[in-house]
Amino acid sequence: MKLWTLAATAALAAVAAAPANAHRQWMMPSSTVLSGDDVWVTVDAAVSNDLFYFEHQPLRLDAMKAWAPDGTEAVIENKATGRYRSTFDVHLTQKGTWKIASAVDGVMGSYDLNGKTERLPRGTTTANLAERIPAGATNVQTAESNNRNEIFVTVGEPTDTLFKPTGKGIELVPITHPNDLIAGEAATFQFLLDGKPGAGLPVTVIRGGIRYRDDLGEETLKTDGEGKVVLNWAEPGMYWVNVTTPRTEGEGEGPPPANAAPQRRASYVTTLEVLAP
Amino acid sequence: MQPSPRAILIGSTLGAALAAPTLAAAQPATMDVTVNIPRLKVAEYHKPYVAFWVEKAGAKAKTIAVWYDHDMKANEGTKWLRDVRQWWRVSGRSMTFPANGITGATRAPGAHKISFTRAQLGAMAAGDYVLVVEAAREVGGREMLRIPFTWPGKAGAGGKAAGKAELGAVSISFR
Repeated sequence: MKLWTLAATAALAAVAAAPANAHRQWMMPSSTVLSGDDVWVTVDAAVSNDLFYFEHQPLRLDAMKAWAPDGTEAVIENKATGRYRSTFDVHLTQKGTWKIASAVDGVMGSYDLNGKTERLPRGTTTANLAERIPAGATNVQTAESNNRNEIFVTVGEPTDTLFKPTGKGIELVPITHPNDLIAGEAATFQFLLDGKPGAGLPVTVIRGGIRYRDDLGEETLKTDGEGKVVLNWAEPGMYWVNVTTPRTEGEGEGPPPANAAPQRRASYVTTLEVLAP
Repeated sequence: MQPSPRAILIGSTLGAALAAPTLAAAQPATMDVTVNIPRLKVAEYHKPYVAFWVEKAGAKAKTIAVWYDHDMKANEGTKWLRDVRQWWRVSGRSMTFPANGITGATRAPGAHKISFTRAQLGAMAAGDYVLVVEAAREVGGREMLRIPFTWPGKAGAGGKAAGKAELGAVSISFR
């Protein structure tokens, strides 16, 4: 009995220590490599622990957009958000590589008012920052955050017209095209942070299907000095790739002190399909 | 634009006649390919999509025939071309369908002989090549076979390979 209590306490401690971002957000397209004349893709979008199972929260579609290979914005059709997942369709009316992305920019930070340090509320953006800082606030500290979750799907031959960086947050520059991935062939991607090569960014790669295996098989890498990373796919499947700005030592172990300076944060998520040879 | 099934029966006598005068009479000018589509005892059977292409080191793969559901309304059969996945990657995805002289109807289980003239093979220069045959079946599996050959081929048998699941014996010969 005592042993059980001890084990339970330890488990609870472990859960408490897990970083708040343990949930993974993802999009899962019905196909990434497509042929045909009247082509559609359906996408599931969720935030969950296991990949790729919708079992926790739906991904909100407010910022979801799609772009055709020629750069025009396409319609997100048949949107629905359920208890555990969102889903939508995109009619792929052009040949080439399409981008479907949700990029959410925010501002984090704090200010002092009446001798107390207050944090900026969730949902603060550069647009509403001014109105969220009350009159009389001092020591205002802010930092931008950019979270991008995007996927690529290709009808016919892959194109690279949609990889022109916006210069905001973390973005992918294909050296290997993300819709031309085969198990056993290494793929190289470059990641930019605010339009410049993102050196030393942590990269996490996890193959889907983790519910049915004991070993998570997570691969943790870092971009090199040019922001490049080489990924080796041992097996075909859908892979979740997450790139973030570096975490400082001890981060995620409990809430940060209220007076800590806000840190510039950016994260990037994509789902890559690796086909069998 | 849609080629009639007859027009895409490859290895027409016309093609052979045109190719013949450009080559010495003794030099084989035609490659015959015999493909066995296995008869499968499955609950739901669809004739496989089959792609044939020729590879040469350092050159782009050349598709020489694709069997698929080319006669569906609104060209719907092209939706599944990407399931012939290696072919789709090396050649198919850069093509438009139907492809004249390449598109063909799917074939029933049994032995099928198709012939390719030098012109149909892309007016190949002398050298070492590989014929690749890849089959993918709706609600079924997928298999790919590779048969190396030298062009111009010597008259007679030129090589063979045997599939285990979606393809039976495949052989090539020259005449």
